[in-house]
Amino acid sequence: MSNVKPITMEAAAHTIAPPAILHPWGLPSRGRVGMIALITTETAFFTIFVTAYVFYIGKSLTPPYPRDVLSYPVFNTICLLSSSITIALASRALNAGAIRRFAVLWIITLALGVEFLIGTGLEWHRLIYHVGLTIRTNLFGTTYYSLVGLHAVHVTIGSLAIALVAMLTLAGAVTQEHAERIEMLSWYWHFVDAVWIVVFLTVYVVGTR
Amino acid sequence: MAGTIDDRFALDAGGSELASANALPIAGKLHEWITTVDHKKLGLMYIGWGLIFFLVAGLQAATIRLQLAVPNAGIVSPQVFNRLLTLHGTAMVFLVGMPILTGFFNYLVPLMIGARDLAFPRLNAFGFWLWFFGSLLLYFSYIGGGGMEGAGSAPSVGWFAYAPLTETPFSRGHSTDYWIISILLASVGSTATAVNLIATAFSMRCPGMALNKMPVLVWLAVVDAGLMLVALPPLSAAQIMLLLDRYMGAHFFDTQAGGSALLWQHFFWIFGHPEVYVLVIPAFAFASEIIPVFSRKVIFGYEVMVAASCAIGFLSLGVWAHHMFSVGMTPAGNAFFVTSSMLVGIPTGIKIFNWLGTMWGGRIRLRVPMLFAIAFLFQFLIAGLTGIILAVAPFDWQLTDTYFVVAHFHYVLIGGIVFMIFAAIYYWFPKATGRMLDERLGQLHFWLFLIGFHLTFDTLHFAGLQGMPRRIYTYQPGRGFELPNLIASIGVIFQALGMIAFVFDVIKSLTSGKPAGKDPWDAWTLEWSTSSPPPEYNFADLPTVHSRRPLWDLKHPEDPDWKYE
Amino acid sequence: MGGGVRSVSDSIGVRLRRAGDLILLSSVSMGAVLMLAGTPASAEDWGMGAANREIARGAVFSPVSTPASEIATLAWFTLAITLAIFLTVGGLLLYSVIRFRARPSDEQREPPQLYGSNPIEFAWTAIPLLIVFVLALTTVRTIYDVQAAVEPPNAVHVRVIGHQWWWEFRYPDLGIVTANELHVPLSDPAHPTPTWLELESADVAHSFWVPRLAGKTDLIPNKINTMWIDPHQPGIYLGQCAEFCGTEHAMMLIRVVVEPRANFDRWVAAQRMPASPHDAVAHGRQVFQTNACASCHTVQGTSAHGTYGPDLTHMMSRQTVGSGVATNTADHLKIWVRDPARMKPGALMPAMNLSEKDLDDVVTWMVTLK
Repeated sequence: MSNVKPITMEAAAHTIAPPAILHPWGLPSRGRVGMIALITTETAFFTIFVTAYVFYIGKSLTPPYPRDVLSYPVFNTICLLSSSITIALASRALNAGAIRRFAVLWIITLALGVEFLIGTGLEWHRLIYHVGLTIRTNLFGTTYYSLVGLHAVHVTIGSLAIALVAMLTLAGAVTQEHAERIEMLSWYWHFVDAVWIVVFLTVYVVGTR
Repeated sequence: MAGTIDDRFALDAGGSELASANALPIAGKLHEWITTVDHKKLGLMYIGWGLIFFLVAGLQAATIRLQLAVPNAGIVSPQVFNRLLTLHGTAMVFLVGMPILTGFFNYLVPLMIGARDLAFPRLNAFGFWLWFFGSLLLYFSYIGGGGMEGAGSAPSVGWFAYAPLTETPFSRGHSTDYWIISILLASVGSTATAVNLIATAFSMRCPGMALNKMPVLVWLAVVDAGLMLVALPPLSAAQIMLLLDRYMGAHFFDTQAGGSALLWQHFFWIFGHPEVYVLVIPAFAFASEIIPVFSRKVIFGYEVMVAASCAIGFLSLGVWAHHMFSVGMTPAGNAFFVTSSMLVGIPTGIKIFNWLGTMWGGRIRLRVPMLFAIAFLFQFLIAGLTGIILAVAPFDWQLTDTYFVVAHFHYVLIGGIVFMIFAAIYYWFPKATGRMLDERLGQLHFWLFLIGFHLTFDTLHFAGLQGMPRRIYTYQPGRGFELPNLIASIGVIFQALGMIAFVFDVIKSLTSGKPAGKDPWDAWTLEWSTSSPPPEYNFADLPTVHSRRPLWDLKHPEDPDWKYE
Repeated sequence: MGGGVRSVSDSIGVRLRRAGDLILLSSVSMGAVLMLAGTPASAEDWGMGAANREIARGAVFSPVSTPASEIATLAWFTLAITLAIFLTVGGLLLYSVIRFRARPSDEQREPPQLYGSNPIEFAWTAIPLLIVFVLALTTVRTIYDVQAAVEPPNAVHVRVIGHQWWWEFRYPDLGIVTANELHVPLSDPAHPTPTWLELESADVAHSFWVPRLAGKTDLIPNKINTMWIDPHQPGIYLGQCAEFCGTEHAMMLIRVVVEPRANFDRWVAAQRMPASPHDAVAHGRQVFQTNACASCHTVQGTSAHGTYGPDLTHMMSRQTVGSGVATNTADHLKIWVRDPARMKPGALMPAMNLSEKDLDDVVTWMVTLK
C-alpha cells in the first residue's frame, strides 16, 4: 500500500474553507466527569447490597429480628444530613475566596461525619454485646452489618479525606484555586449522604415493618 | 503556513521511543516500563500480558480437548480437569479478554481523539498494576498455599462459581479464595480504567472533535467503559459477600441458614451477561475502524452505529436471567427474559448490516486484518443466531449447560472477539512498533486458525444436541459423543499451528519487519498522522479536526467529509 | 475408618496431582504428539459402553414425551428461521466480498463514499423486529404449554433429590426409595398418566436432564422445582446431571426406565418389600451392619438406616452401580466396595478397608438384595 502523498495546504486552499471551530474549545473538566463515573459505579455497587438486604427481609430462620432490636438513629441521621449542607456552604465559601469561613464550615462537616461514625459504633456495640447479634447470627445480622458497614466504610473514607483537607487548610495550603477539587470531594460526600437515606429507609423503615 | 501532514500534526521527538529505550541498560528499561504512566506503554503491557495468558489458558484448553478426545480417557484426574476448566474460563475472560481489549483502548483512544494521554495517567498505572497482581495471584494458586485438608489450591468451581459449591462446606481450603480475590483485584483495576476512558473521551478531545465527530472506536470505548462501570460492581459486591460468608461466617449464600443459591446466580449474571458485551463491544470497535479502511469507504450509518451500540449497552443490562431459564423461574419471568434477549439481537443485527453496507460498493483489499474481519462477520452472524436459538427458553431447557452453549460462546469469544483481536493486532502493530507484520505468515496464521476454529467449534454444537453436558471430565462410549469430540480435538492442532505462525510472525517482525511509516494502510483517523511508534506525547501540536476522518479531509481536499456530516 | 492413613495418602496424592498440573501447563507439545499418535490411554469402561449401545440413541430431536416433543417442534421452527436469516445475510456478505474485492485493474481513485441511508436503516430495523415478534410469541406460548400444565389427579409423584454425585428417587405415595434409576409408567396419549417430579437438592445445585423426555430443570438447595414427563414409548432413556456440582459431576448419570403400567406396578410391589433374609450369607449382613456401611446406607429389614448414601434395599434390581459408572455385577460391586475411587475418583464413599473375607461376604450378601 502506498504511503500518503504529502498534501500541501495550497491544495486545500482551492476548496471551500472548513467550518469554524467553536472558540474557545470548551470541554467538561476531567475531574467532574471522573467523579460522575465513580459515583455511577459506586451506585451500582450499593444497589447490589441493598438488593440483598431487601431480598432477605423476613427470611431469618432465628431471632433476633430487626423490629425487636433496631430503633431509628435519628440524631445520627440529622448529623449526617446536615453535614451535606455544611460541606456545600464550605465549598461555596472557598469558591468565593473566603478561606476562614471555609475552614470553619469544613471542620464542622468533619465533626458531623465523625459523630456519625461514633453513633454507628455505639449502635453496633449495643447490638453485639447486649442483643447478641453478630454477622453470623442470622440473615438479618449478615445483611445488616454488611450494608450498614459498607456505608460506614464510605463515611470513614470521606472523613479521612475531609480530615486531610482540614489539616492542609490549617496549614494554609488550601486556596481558592482548589475550589473545584474541593467541590468534587463534596460531591462524593453528598453521594454518601444520599446512600444513607436509602440505607435508612431500607434498614430502619421498610426492614422493621 | 504551508506544510504537510507531518508538520501540522506530528513531532518526531528526536527519534522513536524504541531507539531511546535501546540506549538504556536492561535495568533502566525495566524501571522505565514499571514506573511508566504513559498510556501507550501501559496499553502495550496490557496487551502483552494478555497474550501471554492467552497462550497459558490456551494450553489448558488444549489439555481439556486432549482429555475429551476419546471416551474414558485418563490423561488428567477429575480434580485436575475441574481446575483446568475453571482456570481456563476465568483466565480467558479476566486475564485475556479484559486486558487485551482495555489495552487497545488505552493505546488508541488518546491517539484517536488527538490527546496526549488519558485523563488520569497515574490512575491508569494503578489500574494496570492492580490487574497485574490479581492476574498473577490467580495462577499463583497452582504453586502457593497448601490449603486445608489437602484440598488443593487452584480453584475448581467453574468460572461462574455457583453457590453453594463455593461455600466452606463444599469448598474447603483456599482455592475458591484465590478465585475471589484475584478477580476482585482485576475488577477494581478494570473499573479504574473505565472511569479513565470516560473522562478521557469527554474531557480530552482535540479542538473540533465534537462528540459526533469522534471515531466509532472511541464511541464504543465510552459505551464499553460505561457498561464496565455498572456491570463490574455486582460481581465485586457478590464476591465480597462470598468472602464474608467464607471468612466471617455470614450467610448470604449459605443455604443451610436460609440463604439463597439463586441470589448468587442473579448477581453473577447481572455482571456476567453485560460482561459478554464488555468483551465484544471492543471487537465491534475494531471492526468499525478496519472494515471501512480496507473497503475504502466511510462507515455506513455512523449515527445508527453509535445509537445501536448504546442500545446494546442498555438492553444488555436487562437480559441476565436468560442464563437461568432452567432454574425454575415463573413462566412470566421466562417470557420477559425471552423477549428482552431477542430484542438485543436487533441492534446487533443493525451493526452487521451497517458493516455490510460499508463493504457494499467498496474496493475491498483482502489484507490480513480484513481477512480476520470478514471471518469475524460470518462467525459473529452465526454466534448471534445461535444466541437467538438459546433465547428461545424451551429450546434452552434442552441446550443450556451443554456443549451447544460451549460452542455458542466460543463462537462469540473466539470467532468474534479473538478474530477481531488478531485483526486489530495486524492493523495497529505497525503503529505501535514501526514495523509491519509479515503478510504471508499472517495469511498462514489466518487460514490455520480458521480451519482449526471451525473443526473444533462447529462440531461441538452437535455434541450438545446429542446430549453432552459441559464441564464433564469424561464421557462413556456408546452415547454418540465420540465423533464430534474427536473432530473437535483434532481442530486444536490446527489452532495451535496457527498460533505458532503468529508468535513466529511477531518475533520475526519485531526485529526485521518492513518499516511501516506513519500511515501504512492509507487510513483516516488521527493515530495515523503521527510517527510510528508515536512520540512520548503523541502530537507536537494538538491537531484540529473538522470531520470524523481528518486524514481523509487532508488527502481529499476537493471532497472533504465535513461537507456531508 | 483409618482417617490418619487416608489423609496422609490423600495429601501425597494431592501433591502429585498438583505437580501434574504444572507438567500439563508446560507440555502442549507432548499433548499434540499424543493426540497425533492416536488414542490416548483409555481407562476401563466397566461394561458401560456395551450397556449404552443397547439403548436406542437420540436426544433433543427424538422426543418420546410431550414436553420434549413441544420443545422439538419449537426447535425446528427456530432453526428454520435462523437458517433462513443466515442464508440471506451470509449470502449478501459473501456476495459483497467477492463482487467488491479490489482488483489489480482497479483505478487508484477511491470508490464513491456513501454515508448512510435512513430508509435502508429503517428497513433492516423493522424486518428483524417483526421476526423477533413472531419468534417471541411462539416461544412464550410453548413456555406456558410446558410450565403451566396442570397436574392431573392420577399423576405419579416422585421426589428427586440431588446429592454429590448420585440421585435419590422417593415415591411418597408408594412408599418407595430408590436411587439413580427412575422408574415411571408408560403414558398412553389417550389416557395420560404423567409423572410429576419435585426436584430438591441435599447439597449443591444440580440439574435433572433426560433429553428425550423433557428439558432440564435445576435442583437448587432451599427451593423446590417441578417438572413433568409423560413418556409414550417404553424403553430406557439416558440422562445426566447438567449443572456443575463438583468433582464427579461427569459421573452423575441417570437412567429412566419406562415400562407399561402392569410392569411398573410389579416393580413397585417388589420395591416395597423389605430385604429378604438369607441365612447363608448372614456374615455378610453382619459385616454391613457393623461397619461404616450402615451409617450411610439404608437396607430395609436390617439395622442399617443411614441416609447419606443411596438406599440399597433392592440395589440388585438396578442396572448400574456408582450412579452409572459400571454395570451392576458382583465383580464390579466388589471393586466398588473395596475402593470406589478406582471407578469414580473423588466419590464421597470411602474405601472400606475390609479384610478379603469380609469383602467377599458382604458382596455375596449384597447380591441377594434383589
